Amino acid sequence: MSILVDNETRLLVQGITGSQGAFHAQQMIQYGTNVVAGAVPGRGGQWAVGNTPVFDTVHEAVATTDANASIIFVPAAFAVDALLEAADAGVALIVCITENIPALDMARARAFIDSTDSLLIGPNCPGLISPGSAKVGIMAGHIHTPGNVGIVSRSGTLTYEVIYALTERGIGQSTAVGIGGDPIKGLNFLDVLQMFERDAGTEQVVLIGEIGGADEQVAADFIRTEMSKPVTAFIAGQTAPPGKRMGHAGAIISGGEGTAAEKIEALQDAGVAIARHPEEIADLAAKNV
Amino acid sequence: MKLHEYQSKRVFAQYGVPIPSGEVATTPAQARAIAEGIGKPVVIKSQVLVGGRGKAGGIKLARTPDEAEEVAGHILGMDIKGLTVKQVLVDEAADIRSEIYLGAVLDRSARKVAIMASSEGGVEIEEVAAQTPEKIITVHVHPLLGMQGFQARQLAYGIGLPKEHIAAFTRIALSLYQAFVESDASLAEINPLVINGDNQLQAVDGKILLDDSALPRQEQLAALRDPDEDSPTEAEARESGLSYIDLDGEIGCMVNGAGLAMATMDIIKLYGGNPANFLDIGGGAGADKVLAALRIILRDARVKAVLINIFGGITRCDEVAKGIVEAITSLNVEVPIVVRMVGVNEDEGRQILAASNLPSANRLSEAVQMAVAAAKGEGA
Repeated sequence: MSILVDNETRLLVQGITGSQGAFHAQQMIQYGTNVVAGAVPGRGGQWAVGNTPVFDTVHEAVATTDANASIIFVPAAFAVDALLEAADAGVALIVCITENIPALDMARARAFIDSTDSLLIGPNCPGLISPGSAKVGIMAGHIHTPGNVGIVSRSGTLTYEVIYALTERGIGQSTAVGIGGDPIKGLNFLDVLQMFERDAGTEQVVLIGEIGGADEQVAADFIRTEMSKPVTAFIAGQTAPPGKRMGHAGAIISGGEGTAAEKIEALQDAGVAIARHPEEIADLAAKNV
Repeated sequence: MKLHEYQSKRVFAQYGVPIPSGEVATTPAQARAIAEGIGKPVVIKSQVLVGGRGKAGGIKLARTPDEAEEVAGHILGMDIKGLTVKQVLVDEAADIRSEIYLGAVLDRSARKVAIMASSEGGVEIEEVAAQTPEKIITVHVHPLLGMQGFQARQLAYGIGLPKEHIAAFTRIALSLYQAFVESDASLAEINPLVINGDNQLQAVDGKILLDDSALPRQEQLAALRDPDEDSPTEAEARESGLSYIDLDGEIGCMVNGAGLAMATMDIIKLYGGNPANFLDIGGGAGADKVLAALRIILRDARVKAVLINIFGGITRCDEVAKGIVEAITSLNVEVPIVVRMVGVNEDEGRQILAASNLPSANRLSEAVQMAVAAAKGEGA
């Protein structure tokens, strides 16, 4: 079992003819993801990445192929248009990989998406994977192994690091969700934790946070009051200086807000085991197996 | 990206916010000329991108053009929190009756722009928030509707503004929101917004932070960038498409991914070392970016060891290895380099590196301990 993506996922790739889109569509197909269509304006009627049909519009792609999820590899200037199109076409799950989307554009897009039934993951995220059944993202598939640890993270490569350590210890994953590093995004820690709590295939959860904002504190509240499954966490940026943006648009400490120390304290108060470094997550998770 | 006070106020003025008359000077003589033109007492305000200018002596009153020249002479060249004052704003001095705070900020948890006002202007809003939070009135703007007149009035009445200023304040608050949205700001502040001797509202100080992701479509604002906002190294890194921040430790780091880069810094600290920098080469970096990154790291004389941590995905280990080899052959490398590389094409990467005989490890914690020992001269 898993959350959000599985063998039932019928994936549409927006931007499938671009270099990133084509490469990752190929990788996802190789992993076993059911990629049913591509959407690129002006390329309708063509075939991409072997035998994937390409449509001019998302509406047409959905009508023809029953796609129920979409992944977006479209340059920043066009990405908001692409994700609004997917939401308008009724795609249930939209995953936006694109980075550097202006925050105010995301605020508007999120307000519209909230008025539809679609769920958004990202932007500026690696996507998600349910090992053994579906990969809807850009992570290296081979480091994952099926199992019952759910993972939710704001970071990309740091998540791979943690998963690599878990897999090395023989601890498998139900679903790993990269929610992205932007200040305004789709699903947050809280939403994904709620899904893991309900998922019969997930027995424990790993949360990977970082400096900036207060999403980890919100997650800690939920863990303390609602969550029955054990949670292990790592927070990146303990040594980051205030006022400097550490790569991710969301990773900045401003006015004493969003420090790693505040987040760690809130999570510890909620009974979460805190790892001092990413590899230690595997040691702590092993205790819950 | 940060805008200077004078740049921020000019942006506000374009949207109809009243500001004092004033000009920027880079020499005392210019300051004198501006003061003569204004013909009234002026304030000389250092233009540096840090807070606390007043306390540092970077803001002074001058009653006459003579005084303006003298005061500007003191302030220009002054060091404020490590930044040299290169320009001053010479503004007509406001006869301040009362000070208001008005600011707009992107509230990430509400996913909306928050507009805040307070009767306690002229001090840092964080201070007001800590001591008298009830004196801050906040409204959240629906992103698809934009700020409404009633919201501006809520702020005006909420801070107890005298009746005769309600209409003017409402116009200014709506202008601030419009300036915020059209500039793609992440913060826009007028502090203080004063009621002056003529009983008029006027923005005496202003501050704008811009959303870096939006700079490509904000060409005019992007062109205002002060090169002093970043260190020369940080600016050079940005040109090479690297995300780099100077720190003060002895272990240079090169990592792919911001989260992993922060985590790598944390682990260095955990094992008794100190990171010399944050450096994210980004996703899918080729050999040229790796070379540029190492050039920047190795130029730092404080760096006693370098730690390269790559988790291959979109970034391929063989490309990184090529960049490392190129760096070793073309740069003068006098410090040990520890390489930790796993993921896509790691075997190819290791083969490329084999000839250079660099110390390496599979586990991250192991690699970090090797780098910390190497920096202490204990060999890697």
